[in-house]
Order: sequence, then C-alpha cells, then structure tokens
Amino acid sequence: MSGIYIHIPFCKQACYYCDFHFSVSLKRKEEMIKAIGMELQLRKDELKNNVETIYFGGGTPSLLTIDELQFLIDIVYQNYKVIEDPEITLEANPDDLTEEKIKELAATKINRLSIGVQSFFDDDLQFMNRVHNAKEAKGSLLMAMYHFDNITIDLIYGVPKMTNEKWRNNLNIAFEMDVPHISSYALTVENRTALANFIRKGKYPALDEDLAQQHFKILVEESRKHHFIQYEISNFGKEGYFSKHNTSYWQGRNYLGIGPSAHSYDGISRSWNVSNNARYIKSIQQNKLPQEIEILTINDRFNETIMTGLRTIWGISLQKIENDFGPDIKNELIENAQEYLKNKILKIKDGKLLITEKGKFLADGIAADLFIVN
Amino acid sequence: MKNIRNFSIIAHIDHGKSTLADRLLELTNTITNREKQDQLLDTMDLERERGITIKSHAVQMEYTYKGEVYILNLIDTPGHVDFSYEVSRSIAACEGALLIVDAAQSIQAQTISNLYLALENDLEIIPILNKVDLPSANPEEVTDDIVDLLGCDPEEIIHASGKTGFGVEEILEAIIERIPAPKGDVNAPLQALIFDSVYNSYRGVETYFRVFNGDIKKGQHIKFVATGNDYFADEVGTLKLNQIPRKSIKAGDVGYLITGIKTASEIKVGDTITDADNPTKNMVEGFEDVKPMVFAGIYPVDTEDYEELRSSMEKLKLNDASLVFVPESSAALGFGFRCGFLGMLHLEIIQERLEREFDMTVITTVPNVSYHAFTNKKPNEIILVNNPSDLPEPSTLNRVEEPFIKASIITKSEFVGPVMSLCIEKRGEITHQTYLTTERVELNFDMPLSEIVFDFYDRLKTVSKGYASFDYHPIGLRESKLVRVDILLNGQLVDALSALLHTDNAYGIGKKICEKLRKLIPRQQFDIPIQAAIGAKIIARETIKALRKDVTAKCYGGDITRKRKLLEKQKKGKKRMRQVGNVQIPQQAFMAVLKLND
Repeated sequence: MSGIYIHIPFCKQACYYCDFHFSVSLKRKEEMIKAIGMELQLRKDELKNNVETIYFGGGTPSLLTIDELQFLIDIVYQNYKVIEDPEITLEANPDDLTEEKIKELAATKINRLSIGVQSFFDDDLQFMNRVHNAKEAKGSLLMAMYHFDNITIDLIYGVPKMTNEKWRNNLNIAFEMDVPHISSYALTVENRTALANFIRKGKYPALDEDLAQQHFKILVEESRKHHFIQYEISNFGKEGYFSKHNTSYWQGRNYLGIGPSAHSYDGISRSWNVSNNARYIKSIQQNKLPQEIEILTINDRFNETIMTGLRTIWGISLQKIENDFGPDIKNELIENAQEYLKNKILKIKDGKLLITEKGKFLADGIAADLFIVN
Repeated sequence: MKNIRNFSIIAHIDHGKSTLADRLLELTNTITNREKQDQLLDTMDLERERGITIKSHAVQMEYTYKGEVYILNLIDTPGHVDFSYEVSRSIAACEGALLIVDAAQSIQAQTISNLYLALENDLEIIPILNKVDLPSANPEEVTDDIVDLLGCDPEEIIHASGKTGFGVEEILEAIIERIPAPKGDVNAPLQALIFDSVYNSYRGVETYFRVFNGDIKKGQHIKFVATGNDYFADEVGTLKLNQIPRKSIKAGDVGYLITGIKTASEIKVGDTITDADNPTKNMVEGFEDVKPMVFAGIYPVDTEDYEELRSSMEKLKLNDASLVFVPESSAALGFGFRCGFLGMLHLEIIQERLEREFDMTVITTVPNVSYHAFTNKKPNEIILVNNPSDLPEPSTLNRVEEPFIKASIITKSEFVGPVMSLCIEKRGEITHQTYLTTERVELNFDMPLSEIVFDFYDRLKTVSKGYASFDYHPIGLRESKLVRVDILLNGQLVDALSALLHTDNAYGIGKKICEKLRKLIPRQQFDIPIQAAIGAKIIARETIKALRKDVTAKCYGGDITRKRKLLEKQKKGKKRMRQVGNVQIPQQAFMAVLKLND
C-alpha cells in the first residue's frame, strides 16, 4: 500500500498561525502545476506498490481550477498503478467551495474533502486571519455534505477568549451537520509565524494551555458521545471514515511527496523537496529533484515507531518491536515505560503499548522519554 | 647580556595586546607567513575564542638595530584578576613593560594594578596608545590620562595600531633604547625564577624560567628552592615559536627546562631554580604558595562516570597546578569532588575544559569561599568551611570569619552613584575615592570576597553600562554572621543547592533562588514545590506548575523527521539533567544562585 501526497503551495492570504510552505503570489501557478506534473512523471518508478491514496494538501489546493486538478489526476493515473477504489482527498477552503465548484469536484475522481473550517465563529476566524467567515463555513459544508459522503473538517481549539461553551458550540454544529470525521488540534505557536511575533510584541495574548487542555477534554468526551473514534490524538472518525492516507503516515507505510516542501518515505530513507517555489520549478525544469535525503538509522526508525505509534489507537506492537529491533530493544522499551505504566499513563493491552486517556495530552514528552538516543 | 631585553605587556582585556604581540612577531620574522594566525601566543582554543590569555607564554625574538642583533624576550601574561599572582611573577622576570592602552577606552583598573606591580619591580614602562586608527579613538584625552598616571612626557607615548601595524617598528626601537639590559653575574651560583610551566603529554612538564645569575646547563644537577626537589636538566633551550634546545641559558636570558617531571603541581610558579651542589643563598623574592579562593563541587551528570571524572580531573591537574580537589559526596548528587579555584573565571575554564577536552558533562554546585568557623567548645580551633555542609550546627557555633578583599573600581564619574550603591548592597565599605581625571574615578572598597562570587561582575557591568573595571586583592578574614540556606525540591533537601549567606541577605536571596529555580527547572507531570529553609524554618516558597499540555496536536503532513528530531533533542537535554528524587534538574540550575538578577 502506497500513497501520493501533492503539495499545492499557494494561498490567498496567510493565516497567522501557519508555518507550512506556501506563497500568496499566484503569478507562477501555471508553471508550478506543470512542474508538479513533471515531478510525478520523473518519480513514477519510485513506488513499488499500487497507489491506494492520493492527497492534495497545501497551501490551498482548492485554489486550483477543475482543469488543473484533472490534469494532475490524469498524470497520476497515466504513470502509476492506482487501485480500483482509491481514497482521493482534496484540502479545501470554505470560500472556494461554491455550489458549482463542489459539483465539478464531485464529478472528478476526488472522493473525499478536507475542509478547513477551523471555527464556526467570526471572531475566531478573524483572530486567525482566515479568508472565510462563519457563514461561508456553514454554507460550504452543507453543500459539500450533499455531494460528498466522505468529508472531514478541521477545527482549532485553545484560541484565546474561546470559552468552553463556545468550543462545545463549535463541536455541536459539526455534530448536527453529521460530519463523519473531524481533525481537531490546539492552536500552536510556531516559530516565524505572525502569531509568534504578535505574542512576543504583546499584541496578542499568550496561549493558555489549561484552556487548551479543557478543550481537549471536551473534544474527547463530546466526540465519543457522538460515536466518533479517536483513532489518533487529533483525529476523530466514525466507523469506516478514518483517513487512509494519514493513517499510512502513522503506520510507517511508503509515500511519495510531490511539490515544494513535500516529504517522502520509502521505508529506508526520508526525503523532502526544497521549500521554495522558484527553486523547485527551476530544478524540476532541469529534470533534477530538488530534494534532501536522510537515511534512517536503527535508532531513528525505532524512535519514529514510538512517536507515531503512541499517537494512534493501534499503539506500539511489542511483537513488531521485537521482530524489527530485537528482544533487547523491546526489553529496554518496557523498562523505560515502567514508571508510566505504574502511573497509568501508559498501558499494555493485547501485546500493544498504548497511551491512556490520562497521558494523551502529554504524548510528546512521553515519546521522548521512550526514545533511544546516543 | 647587553643585547638582551626582557619585557612583558600590560593591557586590559580587548585593548589589543595579543594582536600587537602578533605584529611584533611578524616584524622580527619570528614567524613566517605560513604560521600566521590570530592570537598566536594564545595556544588554547579557549583563549582564542574568548580573546583572553589564560596561561603565561614566552617567546624570543631577534631584531637587528643599528647593525647589532638584539635578543628580545617577550613574556606574555594572563589578563584576568584570577591570575594576578602569575602576572606578578612574569613581571618580576622582566626589566621593562609595554603599557598598552586602548585609545578609545583609556586606562582600566586591571591595567593600573598591574602597572603598579611593574613600577614596584622598577620596570621601565613604555606607554603605547593602541588602536589609534579607530574612529572612536580619543588620543588627546587618553594621552592626558597616561601622563597623569605615569608622570611621563606626552612624547614618550607611542601611537600604534596592532591592526594595521602602524607604530610597531617604533615600539621595537623603544624596547631596545629605553629598557635596560639585564644585570647579573654569569659566574655566580645559578639563580633563576620560574614564571610558568606548561604540561606536554610527551615530554612532561616544561618549566619556563628567567636566569638572574649564573647559568643553567643541559645535564646540570639542579634544585628547586621552595619545594626542595632536585632534578637533572634533561634539556634546556630557547623559546622561539618552537623550542630550540641549547647547551646552556645564561644570566639575563629566558628559557625552558625539561626534567621529566610528570605533574604540574610539582612545580611552583615563583620558585627559584639553583644548582644542587652550589646553591644560591638568595631565593628570588616574592614567592607565594597560591591558595584557591573559590570552592565548588564538581559532579558527573551520570553517577556512573565518577571514575572517568576522577581520571579527567587528574589529567587536568597535570597541566593546571592551581586546581585542587578532594573527593566528596552529596546526598543529592552522589560522588564527586570539592574543588578549589583561583576565582570564578578559573572555575568556568575548568568546567569548560572538562567538557571540551575530556567530553565530561559535569554539574558544578554553588561556589563558596573558604570560611573559618569556631565552636563554643573549642573557640580557638579553626574549622575550615569549604562546603556549606561543613558549617557547624548554629547552636554549637561560636563565630565565623569570612575572607575580605580590597576592591579597586575605576569608572566614569557619572556612574559613581550606582557603583557605590551596588558595593554597599554587597556589604562593601568605601575606603577611598580618588579622581584620576575629572572624568574618571577610582573607588576603593573593603568587601567580603563571597559577594564577588555572587553575580558581582555582571551587575557592575550593568550599573556602569560597561564603563567600570575591577580588581581586588585579599586582606584577611573578618568576623561575620553567616547562615546556611537550604533548598528543598518536592519536600526533599538538595544539599548541592545549599548556600552560605550573610544573615541580613538570607531572606532576600533565598526568595530569589526559589524564583530562579522555578524558571530553570522544566515543568514535569506533577507540581513541584521549591522551598528555601534556614534550619527547619521555611523562608520562601515557589511552585513549578505541572505540565498540562505536551503534545503537538498536528503531526505535520508527512514530515516525521522534524518532529522526531525535536523530541530527540528534548531527550538529549533530559539526559544532561540530574534526577534528584523524582525531579529532573538541569545543570545550570545548580549555578542559579550566581545569576539571580538576570
């Protein structure tokens, strides 16, 4: 099982918190799409297995016209073996999702929309500098639900001044509209973002992690009531609606990342393209892949298995650890986990090391403690 | 002998000593272009990086002047108050000194104290106004300062620039013309002054000396007067950029000696070398057994590395005789060493050298000075307190004496107020205030040495906006009121964080220590109370709130690498922390008390 990620590095405007790679200048959009098409052709022999998932991420892929999307989908199908019923996701912004656009999208092979709602309230959206407003968020979602079965929305919590009540309201709107999948994450301050800058200058308040923790708790409880399964720390899906593409990241499957800043994994090494549109286009035009490669060491692979496994409902299979890394490493892992097991922050069930409810919001530090570093 | 000149350089840090020395070496062809690099004499990486000289160095140059060849011995000296004894011995080995003054910054306290040392030793002073090419140079005013200080003629001051090489030839001429040739009797019994020693892992300890009388020959049976040890001179020679072996080094000259000595501590700077069979009656004056001023515990971060730390410390001691250490143990940190240092810079240097040269990550505990305690039972018997835990129980304590220093601070007149407030806060008593010029004031204080250890330099720099220089020398012990302030983390006493403080400051500093630790100790999955206590009495309390959120909500696209590296870094950071009870304490927290006002 393999996946293809295609990064569309353009946005209408920059959200204050975002540190993904994108440009707000659309001047070179056409050239970029050609280059992405070329990269898809250049790398057609890299994937050994059939393609089961395709994911258009960004940036804002919904900025692309139907023809542009169709052009890229065609190239994938011409150059790769795609299975009968692949999962093909498009990240979309509510303001791009007009009724006409949704209908056109539904007519392509795209069968899953990931809509960047973030919040159903205008003040939150303004705080984050989102392009769309609350009305567009609800309107586009309603329309999309009508034409697509498989839909996920993004919701951000821990936004300053967002009360617990308002957060509940946000969630309830999603539940009422019967969205089958929610990706929900705490507002996070990344370096070199406007948000970081505003907080440093005192223009924005610092984030309150107690608030974020309360919101997280509400999220976990409310989504459970509405029959969502928290299959990853930030991902909640109804039965049959888990993201196949994202799951493949967490389960160590191979994927190809196409477009500037996109990451690839082939089971042995990780590579990533340059995060610069001009340099990306120039390199691809010369038939050169603008990428850096990191060959994973045994420790790297172990640490990644811990880091990603801990975040998911599937946990870390101790048998797999023993098979891949040997019994000594398995024993070291169990030994390092002792304190957490005692405090019921971790548990072992059916041969799997899992994080408990209590530990979920502390997963990073726990993963780091279980790492093996020289 | 008439064609030998021995000189040192007196300069404040950053006034351009090392660069000017480099130019002298170039002009006398002591180094070729190929060997050229900055701060040539500072051989330790640490010296180059920090731009300071830690060890004394010596180098011999040859220069032809008016048809005659002259031997010029430059003895480079350390430029920090921690090493003032070494400076005094280097000065004693010379007849002259270059006084280098930055044309923009004028004379600093360190320069003055070393200058006085040179004048006491009857050295001929050649004043040099350096960095005259700088736009901020103020030659007229600084010339006045120098004239005031030395009582010299303005014409005697040489204008120079180490950067461009301007004035360097004039300096060489002045060295020959103005500095007197050494005097001495080649036929008298050998009398030579040791001004430094350097450890070489292949050849043992190399001793640097200046011969005053007689000569020292290869193979000679010699004796060190102060230590009483005798050796055979396996090799003697001249210090060019490399060592050049010679048959003998005669009165007036400078050289090196190799005897097969394996540990630096066997050689005492300031000691006199003489002939074992025909010894001199006169030791060179001014010898002192250098005593450590500051004490701190050094512990391995990982308790299993104790033996490795011991062997690293022993190796360090081979080339740093002023480092002393004895094993000690701490309830919190396990086994380690109580170490004595010449001062805070020396402590930092040792800690850094352990990390760089021996790859040892260590925890240094709160430094303290050496107190004398007396109990009621035996009120005349000194109990040496080099560690807070050595202080006898308050109920049995008769009195405590603490070391005092005389501090000299030179600053601009506009900063006199803030500098005085700082010194008074630090329990200083002003003894003198002298206007060197209308702009520049010298202030003298009697102060407890311990106050210098606790964040004095940094604060002096802050209150004077950098325009203050500082020097001190010890003036003995005085009675004082001391208490031990203990720190408890999560209810558990961490002995390595205990500090001896003056009673009047104990509450204030105890509170600040708690606040500082709250910032330095990373949050953990539970609340951690921090308490300061005197005996059973809690005097301050802070709480490190439990970590509530430690998760990146979004796992970036397929970018697993970035997050993995972030967490790996976090794990490595944790490995460098010390677990006491169930609290992880980072290295720098143990030194927190020193930087309370950051």
